[in-house]
Amino acid sequence: MTEIAVLGVGMHPWGKWGRNFVEYGVAAARAALDDAGLGWADIDYVAGADTIRNGYPGFIAGATFSQALGWRGNRVASCYAACASGAHAINLARAQILAGFCDVALVVGADTTPKGFFAPVGGDRPEDPDWLRFRLLGATNPTYFALYARRRMDLYGATREDFARVKVKNALHGLANPNARYRKEVTVQDVMASPTVADPLRLLDICATSDGGAAMVVSSLEYAKRHTADPVRISAVSTVTPTYPQTVIEMPNFATDSAATVPPPERGFRDAIGFAAYHEAGIGPEDVDVAEVYDLSTALELDWYENLGLCKEGEAERLLRDGETSIGGRIPVNPSGGLACFGEAIPAQAIAQVCELTWQLRGQASGRQVEGAKVGITVNQGLFGHGSSVIVRT
Amino acid sequence: MDIKTRQAAIEGWFIPGDDRTALVGSRCRECGTYSFPKETFFCKNPSCTGTEHEQVELSRRGRIWSFTNNCYQPPAPYVATTDPFEPFAVAAVELAEERLVVLGQMVSGTSIEDLHAGMEVELVTETLFEDDEAVHLIWKWCPVCPAISDPAPMQQSSPEDPTANQSGDLPASPGRAGS
Repeated sequence: MTEIAVLGVGMHPWGKWGRNFVEYGVAAARAALDDAGLGWADIDYVAGADTIRNGYPGFIAGATFSQALGWRGNRVASCYAACASGAHAINLARAQILAGFCDVALVVGADTTPKGFFAPVGGDRPEDPDWLRFRLLGATNPTYFALYARRRMDLYGATREDFARVKVKNALHGLANPNARYRKEVTVQDVMASPTVADPLRLLDICATSDGGAAMVVSSLEYAKRHTADPVRISAVSTVTPTYPQTVIEMPNFATDSAATVPPPERGFRDAIGFAAYHEAGIGPEDVDVAEVYDLSTALELDWYENLGLCKEGEAERLLRDGETSIGGRIPVNPSGGLACFGEAIPAQAIAQVCELTWQLRGQASGRQVEGAKVGITVNQGLFGHGSSVIVRT
Repeated sequence: MDIKTRQAAIEGWFIPGDDRTALVGSRCRECGTYSFPKETFFCKNPSCTGTEHEQVELSRRGRIWSFTNNCYQPPAPYVATTDPFEPFAVAAVELAEERLVVLGQMVSGTSIEDLHAGMEVELVTETLFEDDEAVHLIWKWCPVCPAISDPAPMQQSSPEDPTANQSGDLPASPGRAGS
């Protein structure tokens, strides 16, 4: 058995609160413990997802949150995998549980973010591609998102209106989500009227950066049996890297790998992330009822539809236009409102995706419930080649 | 007024020049795979343990894979050269022989309206920024035949003279004193 149980989930609402990230993490952890009906003293192991923009405490997040909750000699780990950090922390906890080293673990991620574009960490670092891309190219994160968006236009005939429709859908989904930062209806016209950041993407096509915290209490299935009748289970955690040669230009790189001597792999990186999760869970895209995908940009959400096999390549726009990815459609995507409504709180985000699916599968997603959802998948990609995808089911 | 040194904004990544600009990559002596920027130790090919790389100039022409522009000033360490900020275009360009895609800014004054996927572009050298010590140069992509697509007069000059349409930064002599 390679599954673990989700006993409790909790979040600190996303926003631009400007407080210490530890506060959000502790609030989320306490909410998750309450949701699990457990106390801090029941936790054997803490996996912290790191933040790199909050000084040393952020680099050792597991210990930081443990100390904030009160030192009590629990085992601890901290990990960083850029946007995928949260899922990698879940994976650390899962490995400990499945190896029999602990019964119940707490996973926490939280962030406090600066305003505006994500900039590289300070200091002159001419050896670091993430520093160099800003220096030599002025290539921000939206630069890369826009390259992919333009590619969709050229290959599949996507339009700016299609991109805007993703935002409209997600804004509608997030209206009733108490943890979402933006809870306001948006029209296609609103998106089209917002200033262009990196053509073809406009301000409302691109997710903001947010403060927030998310946490989960996870355990062995055996432990869960003693505490709850029918817990949501985690059936897969994919944490794959790309396979050489990676032929799609990725942040923060200046160039792709070369396909001159080794042919491109059967699956590109983003396809491989979900594929590994499906394989591990022994299911396929046709089994999925709901998905939380990493909509750093509206256009990127469309890419994920195809990467997860929710539709064929080039058909994402049609899936969206037909309302199939709206709540009530065949395969609702981002019922939480996604990053469009949350903004990104990096180490918390991949955990938040799993929190949302847990609520969905329990039937507790008030005002945004995907009726009868039994299987959900998240997908996400961290800078420098850290994939993540989590499959949960009832 | 002193003439400042003109130097590459990053050493060893490209050969700047008014007539000829080339990116410097590497080719693994064992498996032949290309890399940009150049590898100095390990080969990225997982089935190759090569550690020796031949330094090579990459193809100077390629075709646009995708493109965009920056409408807002990027954060530091980007150095703004104009005030107010002027948007600039960026292209991901596919090199046929090396079978890889390389990023670069488009030559100053390029509007994204002038660009399309598959368009042929060529490397040129332009000023990235200048400080008290030097004029820092960078590679950029330039449409091979600007006259065919959109006859913007300022881009009529040959690709070898990209500085003709430099931003209006007065002290920055667009001359080519250093070389």
